[in-house]
Amino acid sequence: MVTRIILILCYILLAPCLGGILEGFDRKISARMQGRIGPPIRQPFFDVIKLYKKQYIVVNHSVHFLLLSYAALMILTGCMFYGGTDLLLCFFVLSTAATFLYFAAVITNSPYSTIGAQRELVQMMAYEPAVLLTAVGFYLATGSFNVSNIIHSDYSLIVKMPGFFAAFVFIMTIKMRKSPFDTSASHHPHQELVKGITTEMGGKNLGVFNITEWYENIFLLGVVALFIINKNPWSYLAAVLVILAVYFLEILIDNTCARVKWELMLKMTWFVTLLCSGLNLLILMLVR
Amino acid sequence: MANVKRSPWLIHYDGSSCNGCDIEVLACLTPIYDAERLGVENTGDPMQADILLITGGINAQAEPVVKQIYDQMPRPKVVVAVGVCACTGGVFKDCYNIKGGADTVIPVDIYVPGCAARPQSIIDGIIQARDLFQKRSEEHDALVKAGKTYEDLKKEQEAKKEEENG
Repeated sequence: MVTRIILILCYILLAPCLGGILEGFDRKISARMQGRIGPPIRQPFFDVIKLYKKQYIVVNHSVHFLLLSYAALMILTGCMFYGGTDLLLCFFVLSTAATFLYFAAVITNSPYSTIGAQRELVQMMAYEPAVLLTAVGFYLATGSFNVSNIIHSDYSLIVKMPGFFAAFVFIMTIKMRKSPFDTSASHHPHQELVKGITTEMGGKNLGVFNITEWYENIFLLGVVALFIINKNPWSYLAAVLVILAVYFLEILIDNTCARVKWELMLKMTWFVTLLCSGLNLLILMLVR
Repeated sequence: MANVKRSPWLIHYDGSSCNGCDIEVLACLTPIYDAERLGVENTGDPMQADILLITGGINAQAEPVVKQIYDQMPRPKVVVAVGVCACTGGVFKDCYNIKGGADTVIPVDIYVPGCAARPQSIIDGIIQARDLFQKRSEEHDALVKAGKTYEDLKKEQEAKKEEENG
C-alpha cells in the first residue's frame, strides 16, 4: 500500500518534469533531424512559465474550468495506473478526460477551434478500439485487468501480445499529436487550422493544456512499459530502453511524414488495429 | 523574476507586402538561421503570440485586420515592423490606398529596415524585441501585483498628463 502511495505521489510530482524534459529532447532531436541547432532542452518549461505570466484573455470563462477538469481526470488516470488498479477503468477515465478537452474547445464558438475539436472526436474514434483491445489483450494474457497483477507475470507480455504492442505504438502517434495524425492540434510549422483545438487557448489555459499533455505522455509510456515489465527487476531497465526507443520512433515518424486527411487516418488505424490486435486476439483466445 | 525572454512566440502578418520580407521572415526559421534556437516559435495564433512581426505598408483593407490581431494578443506584447514598407510605407508611400507604415495603425516598437530586410537584421530585431518583451513582462508583473488593470494605468497616465498641462 505504501509503495503504491509513493508511486502515485511520484507520478503527480515527477510526471510533468519528465514529460517536459522528454518534450525538450523531442524538439532538440527534431531540430537535429532537420539540420538545425534547435532550442535548449529546458525550452518547454520556459514556454509554460511564460504562458502563466501572460495576461489572461478568454472567450468563455468556463474554458478554464473545463481544461482544469481535463487535467484533473488525466492526472487521475495516471494515478490509477501507477497505483496499480484496473487498466480498463484507466482507459475509460482517459476517454472522459479527452471529452472535457473537446468541450473546452467547442464552447468558444471559434470556427477553427470547433473544427479542431471535431477532428479530436474523429481521432478518439480512430484510437479507441486499439486502446480497449489492448486492455482485453492484457486480460487474456494474464487473466487480470489489474496493473499490479500484470507486472508480476513470469515473462514480458510482449512475447504473447506483439500485435497489441504494434497497434498501441501505432495509435500513440495520434495520442501524442505527432505529424501524420496531428489533424486536431496542427503543430507549429504547418497551420491549416491556425492552432486547431488550442486556437482559443492563450496564456495560462495553454499552460494547463501543455502540462496535461506531459501527464498524458507519461501515462501512455507507462502503458508501453507494461508490455515489458515482469517479475525480474532487470525488466524495468529493459522497459526504460523500450520507452526511449518508442519515443524516438514517434519523433522519426513526426519528422518524416506529412499530415494525412482524417479519412485516411481512420482507415489506417482501424486496419492496423484489426490486423495486428485482431489477429493477436484470435491467437490468444485459441491457444490458451 | 521569470525569464520570459527565452520564449518569444511570433505571429507574422503580411500587411500588403510584396512577399519579399515574408520569405525572409520564414528564412529565419530555416536551418541556416534557425531562430528556434532562441526559443522562437511561429505560432500563427494571436492568442498565443508575444511578438507581432508585420511586413508591408498598411492599406485600407489590411487596417482593421492588423488592429484586430494587435487587440487579440494578450499583454505583454511587442510589435516589430519588418522591411522599409512596414516602417514608413516605402516605395508605395504615395499610393492612393496606402496609409503608410504599420505605426499609422498600431504602436510599433522596433523597426527593421531593408528591402527586403535581411534575415540577420530580422533576427537582430527579434532579439531586441525579446529584451523589450522581458521589460514589459516585468512591468506587467508589477501591475498584476498592485492589483491594477491596464485601463487603470491608462486613466492614471491621462490624469498625469492633464496635471502637467495645467
